[in-house]
Amino acid sequence: MIVRILGDAQYRLDDAAFASVHEIDDQLQAAVEAGDPEAFASALHELAAAIRLKGKELGPDEFIGSDAIVPDPDTSLEEARQLLGDEGLIPDAK
Amino acid sequence: MGLMSRFSMILKSKTSTMLDKAEDPRETLDYSYEKQLEMLQKVRRSVADVATSKKRIELQAKKLEGSLEKLDGQARAALQGGREDLARVALERKAGVQAQLRDLDIQREQLETDQQKLVATEQKLTAKVESFRTQKETIKAQYTAAEAQTKISESLTGISEDMADVGMAVDRAQNKIETMRARSGALDELIESGALDEIGAGGKDDLDRQLEELTAGASVEGELAALKAELGPGDAPAAELESGEDDA
Repeated sequence: MIVRILGDAQYRLDDAAFASVHEIDDQLQAAVEAGDPEAFASALHELAAAIRLKGKELGPDEFIGSDAIVPDPDTSLEEARQLLGDEGLIPDAK
Repeated sequence: MGLMSRFSMILKSKTSTMLDKAEDPRETLDYSYEKQLEMLQKVRRSVADVATSKKRIELQAKKLEGSLEKLDGQARAALQGGREDLARVALERKAGVQAQLRDLDIQREQLETDQQKLVATEQKLTAKVESFRTQKETIKAQYTAAEAQTKISESLTGISEDMADVGMAVDRAQNKIETMRARSGALDELIESGALDEIGAGGKDDLDRQLEELTAGASVEGELAALKAELGPGDAPAAELESGEDDA
């Protein structure tokens, strides 16, 4: 799986790594729904750190589309909401 | 839906679809390369803009630090002249200037971080552009319809994503710069109006005049004392008075 961290790079993750990263993504989503900026910031940093740790950065000669995209780790909850809102995406109740 | 999927959708919506439309897929390679070069220019301009903003803030901080010193001196002079009320005003203004300086420092740090990130983005993009320049020629040379189509469309997906990513980073940086510019402009006006500067500069209110008079008075007193000291040895009554005091 290829994951892109915006403003950073793309990383190649194996299935196990991708699954563990997905768990942090759920925390992130929960923080957005709870409207908790601190929980959002810490989950986002954790997510980016896990991707960088478990993944392998793609070289400059690899041009591939990503399977998942993570916002820039210093994105604030407010900014993230604006971005999500811009696209008219309604949080999925699942 | 997790946030990663939602952001994927956002980025895809920002990716250009123009790349898919060329008749000859090889044309899209050149077109993508041009887009990359344009984006690289954009990033470089952004790096320069951030540097300019940082410089402006550093200049303002320098001016404000000068004001701090002046206000400090004025507070001292006021107190020496027995005008605690004026000293208080000077110190209050000093506190205001210090708050502004703290704010500038936060902004400067923010810009420093942005600058470092943009420089890193520029370096990565430069490496990618260079790599793609050679790759596209190889793909063109090996062109056999079906195979190349797949290879090309895969590369283009990656490049479109890169462009959307870098484009977002540049937009974010530009938005921040705009906000800071507005604040800097407001602060420049404050500095120019003298409201943050030393008492006595710019708008002359009643307190300014009082402090000026006090300072002027103090300098007259000082000169008078110096003159007395200079003429002192020849001044008999003064000498008598001093010796009298010594005896008592």
